Amino acid sequence: MAAALLEMRNIDKVFPGVRALSNVDFTLHAGEIHSLMGENGAGKSTLVKVLTGVYPKDGGTIHLNGREISPKTPKEAQEEGISTVYQEVNLCPNLTVAENIFIGREPRRFGFIDWKEVNRRSVELLQKLDVDIDVNKTLDNYPVAIQQMVAIARAVDVDAKILILDEPTSSLNEGETARLFKIVRQLQKQGMGIIFISHFLEQIYELCDHITILRNGELVGSYEVAKLPRLELIARMVGKDLNDVKDMDKMAEKSVPSEEVFIETDHAASIGQIKDVSLQIHKGEVIGFAGLLGSGRTETAEMLFGLKDVTGGQLKINGKAEKLANPMAAMKDGIAFCPEDRKLAGIIGDLTVRENIILALQAMDGMFTHIPYSEQVKLADQFIEKLRIKVSDRDQLIKNLSGGNQQKVIIARWLATHPQFLILDEPTRGIDVGTKTEIQKMAVELAKTEGMSVAFISSEMDEMVRTCSKLIVMRDRRKVAELTGEQVSSDGVMQAIAGGDN
Amino acid sequence: MNKKLGEIIASKYFSFFVTVILFAVLYGAGIAMYKGFMKPQVFLNLFIDNAALIIVTVGITFTLLIGGIDLSVGAVLALTCMVLAWILANTGIPVFAAIFIVLLMGTLFGALQGYIIAKFDLQPFIITLAGMLFCRGMTAVISRETINITDPVFVAMADFRLPVGPGFVSMGVLIALASLIIAAVVLGFTRFGRNIYALGGSESSASLMGLPVFRTKVSVYTISGFCSSLGGIAYALMMLTGYNLHGMGMEMDAIASTVIGGTLLTGGVGFIPGALFGVLIQGVILTFISFQGTLSAWWTKIVVGALLCVFIIMQAFITEHKSKLTAQSSLEENS
Amino acid sequence: MEKLKNFTSSSLFLPVVALAVLLVFNGIFVEGFFDIQVTEDGRLFGRVIDILTRSSSLVILSLGMTLVIATSGIDISVGAVVAISAAVVCTLIGGRGDGVAETPMLLAMLASVGIGILCGLWNGLLVAKFKIQAVVATLILMTAGRGVAQLLTEGQIITVYYKPFASIAGVIPGMPLPTNVFIALAMVAFVAIVMKKTSIGLFIQSVGINPTAAKYVGINVTMVLFLVYAFSGFCAGVTGLIESSLIRAADANNAGLNMEMDAILAVALGGTLLSGGKFYLGGSVIGAITIQTLTTTLYALGVSADQLPVVKAVAVIAICLIQSRKARDLFEKWKNRGNGAAAAGAKAVNKA
Repeated sequence: MAAALLEMRNIDKVFPGVRALSNVDFTLHAGEIHSLMGENGAGKSTLVKVLTGVYPKDGGTIHLNGREISPKTPKEAQEEGISTVYQEVNLCPNLTVAENIFIGREPRRFGFIDWKEVNRRSVELLQKLDVDIDVNKTLDNYPVAIQQMVAIARAVDVDAKILILDEPTSSLNEGETARLFKIVRQLQKQGMGIIFISHFLEQIYELCDHITILRNGELVGSYEVAKLPRLELIARMVGKDLNDVKDMDKMAEKSVPSEEVFIETDHAASIGQIKDVSLQIHKGEVIGFAGLLGSGRTETAEMLFGLKDVTGGQLKINGKAEKLANPMAAMKDGIAFCPEDRKLAGIIGDLTVRENIILALQAMDGMFTHIPYSEQVKLADQFIEKLRIKVSDRDQLIKNLSGGNQQKVIIARWLATHPQFLILDEPTRGIDVGTKTEIQKMAVELAKTEGMSVAFISSEMDEMVRTCSKLIVMRDRRKVAELTGEQVSSDGVMQAIAGGDN
Repeated sequence: MNKKLGEIIASKYFSFFVTVILFAVLYGAGIAMYKGFMKPQVFLNLFIDNAALIIVTVGITFTLLIGGIDLSVGAVLALTCMVLAWILANTGIPVFAAIFIVLLMGTLFGALQGYIIAKFDLQPFIITLAGMLFCRGMTAVISRETINITDPVFVAMADFRLPVGPGFVSMGVLIALASLIIAAVVLGFTRFGRNIYALGGSESSASLMGLPVFRTKVSVYTISGFCSSLGGIAYALMMLTGYNLHGMGMEMDAIASTVIGGTLLTGGVGFIPGALFGVLIQGVILTFISFQGTLSAWWTKIVVGALLCVFIIMQAFITEHKSKLTAQSSLEENS
Repeated sequence: MEKLKNFTSSSLFLPVVALAVLLVFNGIFVEGFFDIQVTEDGRLFGRVIDILTRSSSLVILSLGMTLVIATSGIDISVGAVVAISAAVVCTLIGGRGDGVAETPMLLAMLASVGIGILCGLWNGLLVAKFKIQAVVATLILMTAGRGVAQLLTEGQIITVYYKPFASIAGVIPGMPLPTNVFIALAMVAFVAIVMKKTSIGLFIQSVGINPTAAKYVGINVTMVLFLVYAFSGFCAGVTGLIESSLIRAADANNAGLNMEMDAILAVALGGTLLSGGKFYLGGSVIGAITIQTLTTTLYALGVSADQLPVVKAVAVIAICLIQSRKARDLFEKWKNRGNGAAAAGAKAVNKA
C-alpha cells in the first residue's frame, strides 16, 4: 500500500484530572473512508479536535504526507488541508449560503471581495453536490439537511486532503443520507482521505473501508471493515468478551403492564414539532420511543411534560382531558422528565448534589416555602445510598461528578417527587457500561415494584429492546408503528424506521 | 399574501425599511406642521448638528455587530475634546500634531479595552462601563473648568463652510460622510468586515471556520475607540471647547441610532446606512422640539428611550417570527 | 492554619481585606478617624459613623443588584430610578415655602416606592417576557428615566420645606443613629430572613446558573426574573427616598448619579460573579461599605466627585480580572512555566 496520507503517532491529551487520549495511533490513506469508533467518551472527538487544531496535543507527532505538522488553530489545520464538518452545523446562520462557503477566503479583486465570483462559485460547488438553492438567502432560511450540505461544500472547496465528518447523518433522513454518501464516495475517488464518525453501524458497514476503535482514550486496534463482524466490533468497543455481549441481550424479565392507562394521546400534534402521535401508556409499563434523531421522539416526550403545547388532538391523564401548560402542570400530575441533554437542561452545575436532588420537590412545594435542612439531608442521603451515587459528600458540586453519577442525581431529583410517570430521554448517553445497565435495570424495577410508568428513549436500539415492553416508532414527527411482545426486536424497529411497511 | 408579508418581515432589511419610512413620515409631518422644515438648510443642519453622533454611531455599530457593546464612546469623545483643548492651550504643539495625538490616544484606549475583553473573556459592557468612568474621570482630572480652543487654524477649520445647493455643510459633516462610506465599504466588501458579521452570527462557528476571532474582536473595539476620538474632533469643531460634560449620554444615543437603524443587539445583522437614518430620526425629533418651542429638552430623552424600546421589542418579535418560519419550512421540506 | 485557608478562599476575604486596608490607611492618616462621640441627646457621632450612614443607600441598592446579577442579569437603571423616586416623593409633598405637605408624607413615600417597583416590573417585563438582554433592557430606563424625572419636576430642583421629610435620612430625636441606617438594617434583615425561610435564593441561583435546567424542574423562570427586577426597583425606590431626604430636594440630574456603577462594584467586590449563579449578600453589604469608605477616603484626599470614577474604574477592571477564569488560567500557566521547563529538562536527562 502507498505511503500514508496522515500518520498520528503516540498522541497524548490530558485535561485537568482526565487523561483523554493516551498513546493513540491513527493512520489514514488517501482515497480511504476510515471510521473512528468508540463509545461516548472514548476519545473520538478529542482525537479529531487535536487533529484540527482545536485542542493542542500534549504529546506525539502528526505527519501529513510525510511532513510533520502541528496545527494550533482550526485555521492552521485548514491551511494544511484538513477540513471538518461537525455534527451541529458550525456555520453562521446570519450570513448567506455563499458567504458561509467562502468566508475567510473570499475571492478578491483589488483587495475587495468579488461578490459576483463568490456567488458564481458557490452555485457551481453546490451543483456538484446536487444542491440547487438560492445562495443569496441567509443560511437560517434552510433546514438542517441543506445546512449540512453547505458545510460540506465549504469543507471540500478548501483544497482539502482530509475531510472529517463528525456524526454528519444524525439529523438526516434516508434520502439525504444516501445523497451524502454519494458525495462522500465521489470525494473518495478524487483521492481524499475521509474520516467518518457515526453511531449508526449500518452506515459504517455500508460506507467505510477501515475502522479504528478507541476505548477510554486508548487505541484498541485498527481493522478492515470486511474482516470485523459487528458483534466483535461492539465487543471491542465496550471492552467485553463476545459472549458477554451476547448475554447482555438477555436481561431480567420485563415488566408486565397493568390494564390501567395512565396517560394517552389521541392524534396529538404540536405546531412545528409533532405532526401526529397517538399512544397509550399503562401503569407499570416501560415504553420506548424509537426513531432517529429529529424523528420527533424527544419532542413527544417534551409534549408529555408540558414543554411543548398540544395544538391538535387530545391528551388525557387518568382518563381526563388535560392541557399541560408548563412543566409544573405536568409535575402536579405526577410526570417527571430527565432531559436528553444532561449538561444543558439537567444539572445545575454550581449547586451541590443535595440541592440538585431536592430542587424539583422544592419547586413543587413552591417558592415561598422551604424544605427544612434536616429533611434535605435525609432525602439526599437516602437517594445517594439507594442509587449508589458516588460522591465524596452530599455537598459536593454536581459538576464535579462523572456523567453517570450526574445522571443518577437527576433521576434521584425526580424520584424524590414520587412520580407516576418517569420519562428518561437518553439516560445512558455518555456514561460507562456498568452504570448503563444499572439504569436500565432500575427503569424496569421501578415499573415492576412501584407500578410506575416509564418512557425510555435511546438511540441505542438494543438497550430499548431489552428494557421496553412496548415501542413507539417515530419517523418524520409522526408515529409510524407500535411494537409489542415479540415484535420488540432490533429487526422490527429497523424495519419500522426504514418504512418498509408503507 | 400573508406568506409574502411574512417573508418581508423576515427579510434582513425590514427594520431598515421601517426606519426609512419612519424618517420620511416624521419629516413630512414636520413640513406639514412647520414651514421652517421646508428650508433645505434645516435638512442639512440635521447632519451638521449630528456629525459627531454619526461618527460615534459608526464606531459603535462595529461593536454591536459582533454582539458586543461599547459604553465608553461618549466619555472618550469628551476626553478627546478636553485633551485637544488642553494641548492647544498649554503647549506649542501644532494643531495637526495635536489632532494626531488625540486620535492615537482614543484608538489605543479602544484597543486596550478590546484586548482586555478578548483576552480575558470578560463581558464587554462591564469593561467599557469602566472605560467610560475612567475617561470621564480623567477629563475632570485634566480640568474641571471649560477650556476654550482659540487656535486660529482650528477655528478656521470650524468656520469652514462647504456650499451645498442653497445651503452649506461643515467640516464635521465631511468627516462624518467619509466615515460612513469607509465603514460601509469595509463592512460590505472586505474579509475583515465579513468576519465581523460571522463573529456576530456565531462566535464558536467563526472560530471553527478558522476565522481570526481574537484579532477581529480587538480590532472592532479599536475602531470604536478611533471613531469616538474622531467624533471628538468633530464635536470640538462645533463647540470649540473641552469640557467635562461633553457628550454626556451619547453612548445611549449612538446605541439607539444603531438599533433604530436595524442592527440586532445580539449581533450579526445590521448595516451602516441604517445607522445614519437612526441618527437622522433622532435629529428630526430634536428639530421638532426646538420648533415647537414649549417642549423641554428632556422630552428627547424620553422619546429616544421610547423609540429604542419599540425597536428592540420589534426585533424580539422579528427574531421569533423568523425562527417559526424556519421551523415551518423545514417541516414542509420533510413532508 | 486550616481556618486561615478557609477564610482566604471564602467570598468575604476580598471585601474584608479591602475594607481593612482602607480603615488602617484612614486610621494612620486621618486624625481621630476611629473616635466616636456621644452627644447629649444620645446621638453617636464620628467619622466611622458618618461612613456607615452614607453607605446605607449603597447597601440597599446592592441588595437588589446582588439578586439581579445572581440571575446572570444586570440592572443599570437603578440610578435613574432613584432620580424618579426622588422626583415623585418631592413633587407629591411639594415645595411650599410654609412647610406644609400637599400630600401626606406616608402616602408620598408609598407612591415613590411604588413607582420604583413599577420601574422594576418594566425591566422585568423586557427581560423575562421579551427576552431582551438585561444590559440593553435596563439601558432603556437608564436613558429615559432621567427624562421622566425631569418631566415630573418640570426641570426644576424641587426643595421640600416640610420638616418631617428630613428625618428619613436624618436623626429622629432620641435615636442614636440616623434613620437611613435603620432602614438599611431592616432591609438587610428582611432579605436575610426571606433567603433563610423561603427557597427563593435557591431558585435565583438555579436560574442564574442554568435557566434551561431550571425551567425543566418546574421553576417559573419568568416569575423569578420579575421578582428580582421588581425587588431591585423597590430598593432603588427606597434609596430615592433617602437620597432626596438627605438634600431635602429632588435633583433629577444628579440624584443617584453613577450609583449603578457603585452597586455593581459592591456586588462584584462581595464575591458574586458578574456572570451570575452563587451570590453572597453579606459580601455585597461589606462591599458597599468598602466602596463608601473608599469614596470618603478619596474625598478626604482632595479628589473631587467628578474625578472619583477614575479610581473606581481601575477597581472594576481589577475585580473583573480577579474573577475571570481565563485570567486565572493564564496566571497558573505563567506560574507553572518554570516547573514545566524543569520537568522537560528532567525528562531529557532521563532519556539520555
